[in-house]
Amino acid sequence: MHEREAEWADLMRRAIAGDDAAYERLLRTLAPSLRAAARRGFARAGRGDAEVEDVVQETLLAIHLKRHTWDASAPLGPWVRAITRNKLVDALRRRGFRIEVPIDDLAEVLPANTPEPASGVVQAVERNLDALPARQRAVVRAIAVEGVSIAETATRLSVSQGAVRVALHRGLAALALKLGKIE
Amino acid sequence: MKTEQLIRALSADAATRLLTVGRAFALALAAGAAVAAILFAVRLGPRPDIAIVALDPRFLFKFVVTLVLAATALALALRLARPGAETAFWAVALAVAPLLLALGVVAELAFTPSGTWGMNLQGKNWLYCLTYVPLLSVPLLAAALVAFRHGAPTRPALAGAVAGLLAGGLGAALYVAHCTDDSPLFVATWYTIAIAGVTVLGGLVGRFMLRW
Repeated sequence: MHEREAEWADLMRRAIAGDDAAYERLLRTLAPSLRAAARRGFARAGRGDAEVEDVVQETLLAIHLKRHTWDASAPLGPWVRAITRNKLVDALRRRGFRIEVPIDDLAEVLPANTPEPASGVVQAVERNLDALPARQRAVVRAIAVEGVSIAETATRLSVSQGAVRVALHRGLAALALKLGKIE
Repeated sequence: MKTEQLIRALSADAATRLLTVGRAFALALAAGAAVAAILFAVRLGPRPDIAIVALDPRFLFKFVVTLVLAATALALALRLARPGAETAFWAVALAVAPLLLALGVVAELAFTPSGTWGMNLQGKNWLYCLTYVPLLSVPLLAAALVAFRHGAPTRPALAGAVAGLLAGGLGAALYVAHCTDDSPLFVATWYTIAIAGVTVLGGLVGRFMLRW
């Protein structure tokens, strides 16, 4: 367990240094743990799993946009847990539940037990994508949905790579803001 | 969009550099302090006898108390801005400034005749104190709240209140240079009321502004 946390911290350090492959691996590793935590929270409130993935997406966005608040000399686990608890409690509060959600050790969750639900439900990010300004929407969609690189997106939209990076970052920040206001 | 796909977009944004929490507070407070200093220079200015009282213990004591308050509040703020950070130590340390002030009050009561207490408590410029400490604190409060927004406070109202203590402490320290009421009885009464006001304001604004 401590080994996994040390590995997470190492991946995050590399991510902050600009290693996007390490970052992608970290987020993929974290997602099932966040999902398990969200599921427990919704179960405690007596709600079904339908909106769990919304909270997972909101939490991932928060982790991303607030990653500079992690102290690189501290373990990553408590930081992720605090963000997860905050997002989950907020999401439940917006749905009318005021409950404490204890977040267990995220590193103990086995990824295999919490796969991403099959599509069918239109999830939070998708629902809010259309509200973004055109360029941000085009950039986020190309990179996320079509898996196109930043360089290729730039060529496609005939703008600089810098402009694509800015649009991507602003688009993600705008999405996080919108997700926090659902209902 | 599936979560898998969202992760792809997030990793593509990994290289974006973001300001650290410490630097965000440093930059914001520097800007806020500059505005407060201009306000001070335009509206108040230092007390005329500042060169004479510069080494007077009662005068210096006011700086010590307000700056200790600001320093402990800043240390706590830097931790409140980071999810999961340990805050207990600095929350307790917030008590240092009030304790110092209490000691100052005891010393004042021990060494000055009781007949002067009422006059010293009321001072000459309490209305000025109640007006200008909050006024000088407002740009600093705005700065601290902006810095907090860049961070990730999981307790918005508390974070806002601590931003208020920080701004109130700094604003009061600035006001000290103008204030001619040096009795700890005056400080314990009017400075406390003024800083408490800024703290309440910070808490109220923080509750709404510091959600993320």
